[in-house]
Amino acid sequence: MATACDQAFRPYAVDTLHGDCRGMTLPPAIRDLAPGRPGLVGDPALEASHLSKRYGDVQAVEDVSFQVARREIFALLGPNGAGKSTTVKMLCTLARPTDGTATVAGFDVRRQPKAVRRRIGLVFQEQTLDDQLTAEENLRFHAVLYRVPKIEVEARIRRVLDLVELADRRRDVVSTFSGGMARRLEIARSMLHTPAVLFLDEPTVGLDPQTRALMWEDVTRLREEAGVTILLTTHYMDEAEYADRIAIIDRGSIVALDTPSNLKAMVSADTVELTTADDPIATARLTAAGFRAKLGTGNVIVFTPNGDSQIARLIDVAGVAVTNVHVHRPSLDDVFLHFTGRQIRADHAEHVLPMRMRARARRR
Amino acid sequence: MTDARLPIAPGTLTDERSDLGGELRTVGMVWERELIRFVRTRTRILSSFIQPILFLFVLGYGMSTLVGTTEGFTFKKFVFPGIVAMSVVMTAIFSAISIVWDREFGFLREMVVAPVSRASLVVGKTLGGASIATVQGSIMLVLAPLIGVHLTALLVLEVVGLELLMAVAMTTFGVFVASRIQRIEAFQVVMQLLLFPMLFLSGALFPLKGLPAWLAVITRINPLTYAVDPFRRVVFAVQHVPPAAAARFSTGVTLFGYSLPISAEIGVVCAFAALFLTLAVAGFGKPE
Repeated sequence: MATACDQAFRPYAVDTLHGDCRGMTLPPAIRDLAPGRPGLVGDPALEASHLSKRYGDVQAVEDVSFQVARREIFALLGPNGAGKSTTVKMLCTLARPTDGTATVAGFDVRRQPKAVRRRIGLVFQEQTLDDQLTAEENLRFHAVLYRVPKIEVEARIRRVLDLVELADRRRDVVSTFSGGMARRLEIARSMLHTPAVLFLDEPTVGLDPQTRALMWEDVTRLREEAGVTILLTTHYMDEAEYADRIAIIDRGSIVALDTPSNLKAMVSADTVELTTADDPIATARLTAAGFRAKLGTGNVIVFTPNGDSQIARLIDVAGVAVTNVHVHRPSLDDVFLHFTGRQIRADHAEHVLPMRMRARARRR
Repeated sequence: MTDARLPIAPGTLTDERSDLGGELRTVGMVWERELIRFVRTRTRILSSFIQPILFLFVLGYGMSTLVGTTEGFTFKKFVFPGIVAMSVVMTAIFSAISIVWDREFGFLREMVVAPVSRASLVVGKTLGGASIATVQGSIMLVLAPLIGVHLTALLVLEVVGLELLMAVAMTTFGVFVASRIQRIEAFQVVMQLLLFPMLFLSGALFPLKGLPAWLAVITRINPLTYAVDPFRRVVFAVQHVPPAAAARFSTGVTLFGYSLPISAEIGVVCAFAALFLTLAVAGFGKPE
C-alpha cells in the first residue's frame, strides 16, 4: 500500500478504498502541488480507447488507443496535420470524439468534461495569456476559474513563479515578456491548480534552443516535484527523446508506440564506421564473415545490432590496422522514416508561428 | 497530513455540479479583468470621450441654428440625452469587441477550457462592458450645465440606472455578434452596418414624430428606440419644457396608435437583453 500511495501522490486520498493513504506524509512542496484524482491507485492517468474524430470528410484521428501511466512523460510524435492536436483536443474536452472513449484522471471526457477540466493543465501551441495583464493578474484569473481556494492562491502563485524562475517579473505586464518567458509563465499557470495531467501541445514551437532547454528543465522538474503526468505533442525529434514513451502518429493513426530506445532498436541495427589501413580488403573480409558491410568514402560501414559490443570482433575480422571507430545509433528520425516511409520535417517552424505573433505582425 | 489543508476538498470535484460561489467568483474575475484592461488603455478612454463630445457640439450647435429655439428650449437640450445614450451604446458595443481580440490573442481559449460554465463567462464579460459604458455615459453628465440641462440627484440616479440597462442590453448584443465572428475586420463591418443605422434611427438625434411611414416602421423595430426614449423622458421630466417645445421635441413611442408607458419600454429592453444573453451563452465556446 505504501508504494501505491507513493506512486499516486494523492492529496485528498479519502476514497474509502484507500483511506490509509491519508496517513502518509509528503514533503510540503510535493504535497501542495500534488495532482489528485479519485479512482483506483494504479489506474492509468489517461486512457484513450478507439478514439476517432471526423471533421466533415476529413478523418483527423482514426481508432487511436493508448494508456499513460501516472508520472509518465508521453509524447505524440508526428508531422503537422497528423492528428496530434486533435487527439489532445479530445482528451481535454475541447473536441467531441466522433467515436471511441477516453478517460483522463479517471473521468470520462464525454460525460464528465468539467471534472476532467479541473484536473488538467493545458499549454497550447499558441499563447493564451492576456498580455495587458501582469504575470500575477494572469495567474489570479486562472486561480479563480479553477477554484483554487482563496487562502491558498498567494502561496501557490509564489510557488509556481519560483518553479519557472519568474518571481522577479511578477508585477510586470506580460506584453513586456519574451516569447520564452511567456511560455514558461503559461507552464507555471497550468500548474497553479495542481492538475493530474499536463497537456503540452507543441510547447516549444517558435522558441529558441536555449529557452527550449529551460522549458524542458521546468517540465522535468514538475514531474519530479509535483508528480504530474505529462502528455506532449511535438514534431521535434530531439524533444520526443525526453519522453518515457512515444506514440508515432501519422495520418490520424498510431503507427508505433514504445520507449525511445525500444523504438530505435526495432528500427535497425547500429551503424559502425571503421577507418582502416585498407578499406576494400576489410570490407571483403567482413562480408565474408557474414557482416552487412559496405565500402564507404574513406571508411567501411557495417550495420550490426549492438554495435558497441561488436567492435572488438569487427576489428579482429577486418584484419588490417583500424585507426578510427565510430558507432552511430539510429535516431528517432530513422525511426520515423521506418514507420511512416517519410522523413519528418522539423524545419517548418516558421509556418506555425504562435497566433499572438501573427496578430502582432499584422498590427504593426 | 491534515485534510483541511488540502488544495481542494474531496467530493466537491468528483461530480459535474457547478457551485454557485465559484461561478460568482468567475463572474467577478472576468468583470475585473475588463476593468483592468480598460484602465490600462488610455487611448481607448480618450477616444471614447471625443466622439460623443464631437457629436454634441457639431449637432447641438450646428443644428441649433437650423432648428432654432422653441420658447427658450434649444435643440442642444433635446439632443443631449440622445448623445449620452449614444456614448453608452458605442462603449458597450466596443467593449464586446474585446472577445474578438481575446480570440485573436488566444486568451479566449484560456477561458473556454476552464471548468466554469459559459454563462458565467458571458455574464462577467457583459457586466464588465456594461460597467465601463455606464461610467462613460455618466461622466458625460458633467457637460449638462454647459448645455443648460438641469440635473437633480434623483435624475442622476435614474439616468445611471437606465444607462446600465441600456449598456447591458447592448453588450449582450455585442457579445452575441462577437462570439459568432472569427475576425476583427468582420466585426467592424458588422458593427458599421448595424450600429450606426440603429443609433441614427433610434430617436437619439431627432424626434420620432412626423416621420414618413416606412421610416417610422423601422424606428419601431429598432430595439434601441425603446432604450433611448425612457432616457429622454426622465431628463425632460425635470426640465422646464414649454408646451410648444414639448410638441415639437416630443417624447414617447407610439405603437399602433398606442402610447407606450415608460415601464413597457424598459420591458422591451429587458426582453432584448435576455434574448441576446441567451443567444450569446449558447454560441460561446462550444466544443468542436
